[in-house]
Amino acid sequence: MIVLLIGVSLFVAIGFLIAFLIAVKKGQYKDTHTPAIRVLFDDNTEEKNKEENKSESN
Amino acid sequence: MQLEKFSYDNEIVRKFTIATTVWGLVGMLVGLIIATQLFVPALNLNIPFLTFGRIRPLHTNAVIFAFVGNAIFMGIYYSLQRLCKARMFSDLLSNIHFWGWQLIIVAAAITLPLGITTSKEYAELEWPIDIMIAVVWIAFGINMFGTIIKRREKHMYVAIWFYIATWVTVTVLHVVNSIELPVSLLKSYPIYAGVQDALVQWWYGHNAVAFFLTTPYLGLMYYFLPKAANRPVYSYKLSILHFWTLVFIYIWAGPHHLLYSALPDWAQSLGTVFSIMLIAPSWGGMINGLLTLRGAWDRVRENPILKFMVVAVTAYGMATFEGPTLSLKSVNAIAHFTDWIIAHVHVGALGWNGFLTFGILYWLVPKLWKTNLYSKKLANFHFWIGFLGIVFYAFSMWFSGITQSLMWKQFTPLGVLQYPNFLETVLQIVPMYIIRMIGGSLYFVGVIVMVYNLFKTAKQGSFAKEETAEAPALEKFKDPLMRGVIHRFLEGKPALFIFLTLITVLVASVFEFVPMFLIKSNIPTIASVKPYTPLELQGRDIYIREACNSCHSQLVRPFRSETERYGEYSKAGEFVYDHPFLWGSKRTGPDLHRIGGKYPNLWHYLHMENPTSMSPGSLMPSYPWLHTNDLNITSTESKINAMRSLGVPYPEGYEKIANDDLQMQAEQIATDLQNAGAHAEPNKEIIALIAYLQRLGTDIKAKSNMTEQAGN
Repeated sequence: MIVLLIGVSLFVAIGFLIAFLIAVKKGQYKDTHTPAIRVLFDDNTEEKNKEENKSESN
Repeated sequence: MQLEKFSYDNEIVRKFTIATTVWGLVGMLVGLIIATQLFVPALNLNIPFLTFGRIRPLHTNAVIFAFVGNAIFMGIYYSLQRLCKARMFSDLLSNIHFWGWQLIIVAAAITLPLGITTSKEYAELEWPIDIMIAVVWIAFGINMFGTIIKRREKHMYVAIWFYIATWVTVTVLHVVNSIELPVSLLKSYPIYAGVQDALVQWWYGHNAVAFFLTTPYLGLMYYFLPKAANRPVYSYKLSILHFWTLVFIYIWAGPHHLLYSALPDWAQSLGTVFSIMLIAPSWGGMINGLLTLRGAWDRVRENPILKFMVVAVTAYGMATFEGPTLSLKSVNAIAHFTDWIIAHVHVGALGWNGFLTFGILYWLVPKLWKTNLYSKKLANFHFWIGFLGIVFYAFSMWFSGITQSLMWKQFTPLGVLQYPNFLETVLQIVPMYIIRMIGGSLYFVGVIVMVYNLFKTAKQGSFAKEETAEAPALEKFKDPLMRGVIHRFLEGKPALFIFLTLITVLVASVFEFVPMFLIKSNIPTIASVKPYTPLELQGRDIYIREACNSCHSQLVRPFRSETERYGEYSKAGEFVYDHPFLWGSKRTGPDLHRIGGKYPNLWHYLHMENPTSMSPGSLMPSYPWLHTNDLNITSTESKINAMRSLGVPYPEGYEKIANDDLQMQAEQIATDLQNAGAHAEPNKEIIALIAYLQRLGTDIKAKSNMTEQAGN
């Protein structure tokens, strides 16, 4: 039973390890600066759209 | 590059937001009721559906899976779309997820008070609901991975990784811990027994805390805290390190729930070592969260949202320091089975989960309804009253746990227990129970104020179901090798992807099943340990139905203070027919593993009817319905059959005559009770329960008698 649980846990851990290696290979972590800043920007297209509409109606 | 126009689905976020607040109120109210019942046991009004054992799992399930669960989904559905710059993969799946999850919650709210339970903590729901959970969870998974695949932002922000880890691990945990053999539509036995069942349960239990209450919330922290503070996370590198180290270490810590139990020693040490290692990533994460606010602490003073988040992150740090401390054997010897553990989980639940949820709600609701928060003053009031509530709650339970534990262990100079009567140690901590209830009430008042505030906020704003956005399409992966090809191929075929996901899950399940049948049990068997008689088996299921195990352990640890009080310490081999194990995790009342033969039948009969008649001042509720309910014996045959298929050696054909044995034993007990002067009838539930209680822990006594005789 313990062997089973260790097996399952290893299975999960190895899965994460593979995911980690793939992420590194795919360049997920090449840039560790801009992603932190990028989340702060909202898309705000509605306000942009409003402004565009305004300028069009003028 | 071509800009693509799309819109975010805010409607699904709104639904989960409302569900979070509603279930939060319900779950915390039930918590308040059971906290009060602990010092006013008559509050169950002698109604089975309102009795502590049955509604305690209602509280835990409601706050974990309904309140925190919906909050996780609220946060994920909001942030994932924005982090991926993509709408959710499928609106249909979003809705299946939402309504399916609410249906599960309602099913839980109905079945748990009815006593329909597996008895496994945080996995009490019976097998049909387990299947529902699996289906809804897979729908959520497809929806999430679908969104990630069609994202327009190549980099996956660290929060997304936390969400993925949550989904993957909870899937595995739920499957492994829910493998059970149905006896009827609403009753099942786990295929594991005794020590093995305990190990699986706490491997699950611990990881449920790790991957349901922690990793998704860390994801939410890494999104919503920078958003609320309007500054990037202190160190993005540290957040990535936090994630990967946490997921590698967390999964191994489960055995720390079973220290000093009948679990092999090396497995206990494994749990301890990994628990200590967990301090590093946890504190890295906490520090990262707090330092995000560097240079912005003046805003924390002004902004209730940041206040909530700062306390939440601090509570995360406290709980993740206290947890490893509690997994040290010497600390665990004192803290286990006491209110200290209750304090620990509530620092996590009220502080980390609760306060982070409140912070997110105060930030998200004005955002979704495009307005400002109705009242900052009320939010500040909520913060302070909630904070005070946590302080009252945690300190009272710390005091109570340590006080009681020291009383349990106290010997007189002559070497006998100073407080041999368990009840004495209970009455000592009643004031702490009252203070805890006050703390809980303060916290609850804060939540009511929040709901009012959010309701007013939503009312003054205007909600838009869709929020338009635009982003360039993701550049196709350019990969000189063939690596990206399979990926792209899958991306283009969602149906195939779903199919492959299912195959993966199934293969994983097979992978988990096969060793089950290959590994021979390594639990030493004890020759004198025999299967339960049919009457005892029925009694055991009543014990499970009333959740006696939520207040009484069945595990005597190898300490002199415990063997003096309860008797011989528990051996792994004694539990080999226990589907499920009933060790319990809390001693609100005394341990029951050696209760068998300790008192006459009449004592149990009167005690269950009115505990104070036998132990004046007892805080145990009355169970008068056991004396009037007829025992259902139609289920005996299927129960014996189920137990046999799980490896319990009932002879072939025994199921046909089991009820004869059952009635014979019931007659004996009833006659004994009648001789003692009680008006007992043999066909009542109480008879079965007495049969079970009198059997508990006696097998090994028979053995020691036998060896003594052999020696003579």
